[in-house]
Amino acid sequence: MNPVKLASLTTGQHGGGGLLVLCVLVPVAALLAIVLAGGRHGRAVTLAALPPGLLVAGLIATQVWKTGQAMVERVGGWAPPLGLMLRADGLSVLMLATTAILVAAVAFYAPRSFRVAAGGAETRASLVFWVMLMAIWASMNLVFVSSDLFNLYVALELIAFAAIPMVYLEGKKGTLLAGLRYLLYALMGSVLYLLGAALLYGRHGTMDITLLSGMAGMDWAVCLGVGLMTAGLMAKTALFPLHLWLPPAHAGATPAASALLSALVVKGSFFLVLRIWFDLLPPLTGTPGAQLVGALGAAAVLVGGVMAIRQDRLKLLIAYSTVAQIGYLFLIFPLAKGPAVATALSGGMFLAISHAFAKASMFMTAGLIAGAYGHDRIAGLRGVMRSMPVAGCAFLIAAFSLIGVPPTGGFAAKWRLISAAVESSQWGWAAVILCGGLLAGAYMFRAVSVFLTEAETPVADKPAGTRFREWLVLALACVSLWIGLFPEIPARLIEIGRPANGEVLP
Amino acid sequence: MSDVVLHGGLILLILSLAVMTVVTRDTFAAITAFVVYGMLLGLAWVALGSIDVALTEAALGSGITGALLLRAAVCLRDKEAAAEVRRPGRAAHRVSGLVCAAIAAGLAAMVLMLPDPAPSLAPAVMESLPATQVKNPVTGVLLAFRAWDTFLETVVLVLALVAVWGMTPDALWGGRPGELRQHAHDGPLVFLARVLPPVGVMLGIYLFWIGADEPGGKFQGGTILAAMWMLTLLAGLTDAPPVSRRWLRAAMVAGPATFLLAGLSGVVFASGLFAYPPGFAKPVILLIEAASTVSIGVTLCLLAIGPPSRPANR
Amino acid sequence: MNTTEWFGIAAALLIGLGLYGILTQPMLLRKIVSFNVLGSGVFLMFGVIARRGAAAGLTGDPVPHAFVITGIVVAFSASALAVTMALKLHEDTGESAFPEGEDATAPDNPDEDKA
Repeated sequence: MNPVKLASLTTGQHGGGGLLVLCVLVPVAALLAIVLAGGRHGRAVTLAALPPGLLVAGLIATQVWKTGQAMVERVGGWAPPLGLMLRADGLSVLMLATTAILVAAVAFYAPRSFRVAAGGAETRASLVFWVMLMAIWASMNLVFVSSDLFNLYVALELIAFAAIPMVYLEGKKGTLLAGLRYLLYALMGSVLYLLGAALLYGRHGTMDITLLSGMAGMDWAVCLGVGLMTAGLMAKTALFPLHLWLPPAHAGATPAASALLSALVVKGSFFLVLRIWFDLLPPLTGTPGAQLVGALGAAAVLVGGVMAIRQDRLKLLIAYSTVAQIGYLFLIFPLAKGPAVATALSGGMFLAISHAFAKASMFMTAGLIAGAYGHDRIAGLRGVMRSMPVAGCAFLIAAFSLIGVPPTGGFAAKWRLISAAVESSQWGWAAVILCGGLLAGAYMFRAVSVFLTEAETPVADKPAGTRFREWLVLALACVSLWIGLFPEIPARLIEIGRPANGEVLP
Repeated sequence: MSDVVLHGGLILLILSLAVMTVVTRDTFAAITAFVVYGMLLGLAWVALGSIDVALTEAALGSGITGALLLRAAVCLRDKEAAAEVRRPGRAAHRVSGLVCAAIAAGLAAMVLMLPDPAPSLAPAVMESLPATQVKNPVTGVLLAFRAWDTFLETVVLVLALVAVWGMTPDALWGGRPGELRQHAHDGPLVFLARVLPPVGVMLGIYLFWIGADEPGGKFQGGTILAAMWMLTLLAGLTDAPPVSRRWLRAAMVAGPATFLLAGLSGVVFASGLFAYPPGFAKPVILLIEAASTVSIGVTLCLLAIGPPSRPANR
Repeated sequence: MNTTEWFGIAAALLIGLGLYGILTQPMLLRKIVSFNVLGSGVFLMFGVIARRGAAAGLTGDPVPHAFVITGIVVAFSASALAVTMALKLHEDTGESAFPEGEDATAPDNPDEDKA
């Protein structure tokens, strides 16, 4: 679709653009086309959908950036509480852009086994992979732009149906069990979320977040509802102690899928927690409930870090690192107190996006290394730096970002989180962040130190197409570095569309 | 007074069947209890004043879900003893019981504390319903006010089916789902499968057609169609198609694709995406419902019978 | 006497029961059935909320009714996926419950798989 056509679509919409609907429709149209045309054409349809999808995300970003205001759109012209509203503020734009870039990267990284030679018959993996890739894109975008609690429930279910097949896609031993465990956690999570949303509807008669934020006081129905929703979303985000499903599911999936699951999918439910705690009920952050959530986050940082150190397999190490990094994200709820609200939120968003790029890069790098070595046992990965220098560099940069070494995005994030701890005089959380950094340093050192040693026998030959992918993962790692070098752009975006202190959303 | 007795009795029956469903050791008995439980829940929905939901619950929540669970129970017959080893200990049972009782008590207290008068969108729905030209308010909500939800839900069905197919052994990709049934010439199942489908298909189409104005609609109609197809498959009168057949794929995506195109056409003919042209809302809604009924019927049936399990050529 | 509240209390009890089944039943299929009980309790809660909001000549607020219809279809899709996965797991490994103590283990390596 060309820009002129898009512009004409934009005009005539109520209060914004058709862009917010389109950012979901483009990948949905692509996935329907793949089901119809067959997995043979999966890659071609996906590559055709990437330019319009990236364009829509880009147009939303430019418009929000230029106007400095959130973009609002009523689907079908029906105003809430009866109708559905979509809303993109700066947070949405950051996540939309991150998602679009990562989906594009995964599409180019996807191994040949998911492609079908011209004239060949459809294979199972080719259909499932490309359909689910587009489905993850659509459902993540929906989470980022929807402003209706029930619509978000549908989005959560879409994410689950898209993510779980990615786990058992390769049909390896054990992946089905991991996928089933994931499914049960996800189902429990969404049913608790729905119950919480039901209570809010029973109390206030609307599912619209903006309207609810205007009327919701702190009464028992609201507290119980928000508590149930948060608990459900924690199970989906794999926050300690509900993290047991994550390591086997993420480590067992095909590398392209692991990257999406770890970098993006868990962020969808986290983003929703953030919406609920910061937008639905602004006074909730900094309360005893938030301290409890923060304590779980702190436990995740420490337990995830220790478990990562103890792993013998590279992909499991990276998966446990995700458990720890999710922990940091939940620290922002106790930290967002008094004057530190903006700093904590900004720290959380920096962590979410820099972790997304670093972790996607790292999982895909691990996939390349495992492809070349034939296994991913850390002790046997000697000489990676010499035999695959580009991939090795990517791994190193991503590791620096996950540890929080300046000037990476991870450092920018942790710097903000520690500042928030200082501003709100909560030193304990700062100590947790520093400890987590040390643990991350330890587990990353374990892997990198092996990579640096000389191999007794050089790696025979890398699978075809590895060179291009090595540069791809390096580019992704560099994005996490770029976030730390130029933090002004995300920092300004995060502030767009935020309510000023205590003020109700427009 | 009669309400008190009727509703009280219904609730007690529902609760006792739910207890049976959850705690009975025998899987088959538990699932049978669940099917009856679903039927009674349909009655509860009638008591709560929603025929639309009652139809959906009875047909889908109890009927097709029951067929799915029974199929699984047959495959997993006599596995209870093996699983019993993994049953959590007595202490874990007690703790779980206490936690669940506390949650139930908290929710029950919450129900009694809901505000009075209750907030409601019923007046808002009735005020805007004339613009949609349909008379069934639930259809108005599903197809106009919250069409975006409904559209995405039809996509959920497609994804669920692709996910189920994703478990096919690679060698059988493109094969036929479900077991091959020998076509028997008589017997009660074959008799039912010959007699019921014409009636059922008419009923399904009728439910979709009246759905605009009376209780019913694409989910209810589609579910009946799925049940009829399943019946003929079980009786061996028809065979499931290979999953890579183009017509099958077209039937799967017809609903969401029509919905998507109708939504896009709103830009040209109405005020924007997913808006309906003034004066022509009802024809557009009926078109979407018709395509969705087909997709829902095909998808629900295929979801219930599982992934391909045998090659395409018989 | 208002029987709507009774249905609300029944919904709360169904939710508790379903949760209990998910936590204590070892068999995967039974966890899935219990999940359906839990789900129907949540839907019934919506039904009570809808009934309480009866107004404008309707027997209930149609918006929660629409939520429930959407919810039932989603719950069925989820059950179908879960049942298929449980059956496939049983077919591949003979397991009908989650094995114990394997929470932290990951699936095998591709190379080990071939061996």
